[in-house]
Amino acid sequence: MTDARAAVLGRIRAALGPAPAVPEIPREYRGPGMDDAGDLPDRFIARVSDYRATVQESVAAALAARGFARIACAPGLDLDLPGVELVRDDPPLSADALLALDGIVTGCAVAVAETGTLVLDASPPCGRRALTLIPDYHLCVVRADQIVAGVPDAIASLDAAARAGRPITMISGPSATSDIELERVEGVHGPRTLDVVVVA
Amino acid sequence: MSRGGFPAAARAALGDTQMRRNVGAATRTIRAKRAGVVSELKDWEALRDAGAAIKARALATLPEQLERLEAAVSAAGGVVHWARDAAEANAIVAGVAHAHDFREAIKVKSLATDEIGLNAALAHAGVEAIETDLAELIVQLAGDRPSHILVPAIHRNREEIRALFARTIAAGEKLSSDPPALAEAARRHLRAKFLSVPMAISGANFGVAETGTICVVESEGNGRFCITVPEVLVTVMGIEKVLAQWRDLEVMLQLLPRSSTGERMNPYTSLWTGVRSGDGPKEFHLVLLDNGRTDVLADEIGRQALHCIRCSACLNACPVYSRTGGHAYESVYPGPIGAILTPQLRGLDDAPTLPWASSLCGACYEVCPVKIDIPSVLVHLRGRVVREETSRLDPEAVAMRTVGRIFASQTRYERAQRLARAGRGPLARLPVGPLRGWTAMRDLPEVPAQSFRDWWRTR
Repeated sequence: MTDARAAVLGRIRAALGPAPAVPEIPREYRGPGMDDAGDLPDRFIARVSDYRATVQESVAAALAARGFARIACAPGLDLDLPGVELVRDDPPLSADALLALDGIVTGCAVAVAETGTLVLDASPPCGRRALTLIPDYHLCVVRADQIVAGVPDAIASLDAAARAGRPITMISGPSATSDIELERVEGVHGPRTLDVVVVA
Repeated sequence: MSRGGFPAAARAALGDTQMRRNVGAATRTIRAKRAGVVSELKDWEALRDAGAAIKARALATLPEQLERLEAAVSAAGGVVHWARDAAEANAIVAGVAHAHDFREAIKVKSLATDEIGLNAALAHAGVEAIETDLAELIVQLAGDRPSHILVPAIHRNREEIRALFARTIAAGEKLSSDPPALAEAARRHLRAKFLSVPMAISGANFGVAETGTICVVESEGNGRFCITVPEVLVTVMGIEKVLAQWRDLEVMLQLLPRSSTGERMNPYTSLWTGVRSGDGPKEFHLVLLDNGRTDVLADEIGRQALHCIRCSACLNACPVYSRTGGHAYESVYPGPIGAILTPQLRGLDDAPTLPWASSLCGACYEVCPVKIDIPSVLVHLRGRVVREETSRLDPEAVAMRTVGRIFASQTRYERAQRLARAGRGPLARLPVGPLRGWTAMRDLPEVPAQSFRDWWRTR
């Protein structure tokens, strides 16, 4: 298909003409570090709750509240949970194995206060993407220092992960659909329950 | 388009009371949600300015951006294909399936693949395409057409969907018309497909040239399944979807969800680059699609239609769309954006009535997150339709062309005025022949004895 490549690029050049005007991008909006959002963890917790994720006191409290005792865990997450069977994704667990457990616990790369968003970047504390997709329950542990004010701060902090080609997943609340009469239904294909724990 | 164009199709749509009620209620709801979350951001207008410039700049440097994207995706283990038109794109996707002897592929909702008729082409090639977005699944099961960019089954209510599922994916099950119960039925039906079908097909919301990152924005998680679980992933991306820099996402990922679903952020955004060992598909293909986009790019005024990020805010804001629904536009791109995009992508002669499918009220421009001046493009396209219909011999076109020629030159104009005073010539002769109807209810202004110009010269 080298012909198609040359043809498409040729058509684009012909359409643009010899010297297309290239506009500058005005970046007058609040960029990274420009937001004085006050207490970030409080704001994050309020926003993440808005999207019907449940904020829990601790991992142990969350699992106890849900009645879960066997749970998968991202390979690089450091957890000590007496009375809970932690199954580390190392070597990788099969889809069946993931489904047989109560859910998955991961960390995150960054979290956005303004939108209540968790960002996973496939680093060891986050794990591979299927981990937070196939199980019906996801518990995400957020360190307070990982919370940033807005989307521009998050994009800036993900720059290295993007350049390294790591897959990135942004999660804002449990999976949802509004396809039937625009009535929001939580839980379609991803985890139907999302718990969040903010630690120091 | 069909013979009667938009006016005939709209007339038919307006007769469907159920559809009108569904679309009216839905667009009202999203309009209010969008207005709420947009008003939260005090820098919204600055974000719109940046969004418009990001897209304009990427288009002005499009060859360079596409080459950078191609290089970055290839370096990360992806395979990049180029397609001049729908047939080439469809053949590439079918070719990938055939190379692996795959008979099924799961699909993420994608307007680009709807535009090229990929599902039908794959069926012809012996590959079944399975839509996994709830609304697209509803449309596919019903043998229906999408009627909204974001919520393609917006024209169906819960009872219609229950009846459809009871006939198809949930046959023999007891099913209520509660949206959660209907969503659960779709989850059960699609789970098995997600975990077993070896190939997936997606569109792309953005492709970042700098890093080779492809971005898909969604809500249900069906997109994440398609992008993550199958062995082979093919993404069909319009060439206008490229962004130059990673940083550009800091603008787009604020503009899109708030304009689209009226959320601060959509539930899931997936970003990936080529293939990643141990995480996701083993093979990734990116198809860069032209299919008329370079024709749009060639029109200096019309090209801003390529800025569109498919949020659908203009549909919801439009007094025409919210009454007719999407089917009347007879395109996968309905509403105000469709009225400027479809005629340009397919050619004005294929959709000559669409530029008139608007009252030019400007609501679409006000809500557009990347500031596409849709009313101006509509007016521009109306002009093009009239100019390009040069073969038209009806009396109005002939008269307008004659009058146009007269007004274009001072000599001709003055000569015509003199002839009019003498009771001859085209300016005096309007009320005879086939144009007699013009003066049935109006009086032609009386021709004065001396024109202003003549008086001025003799002053």
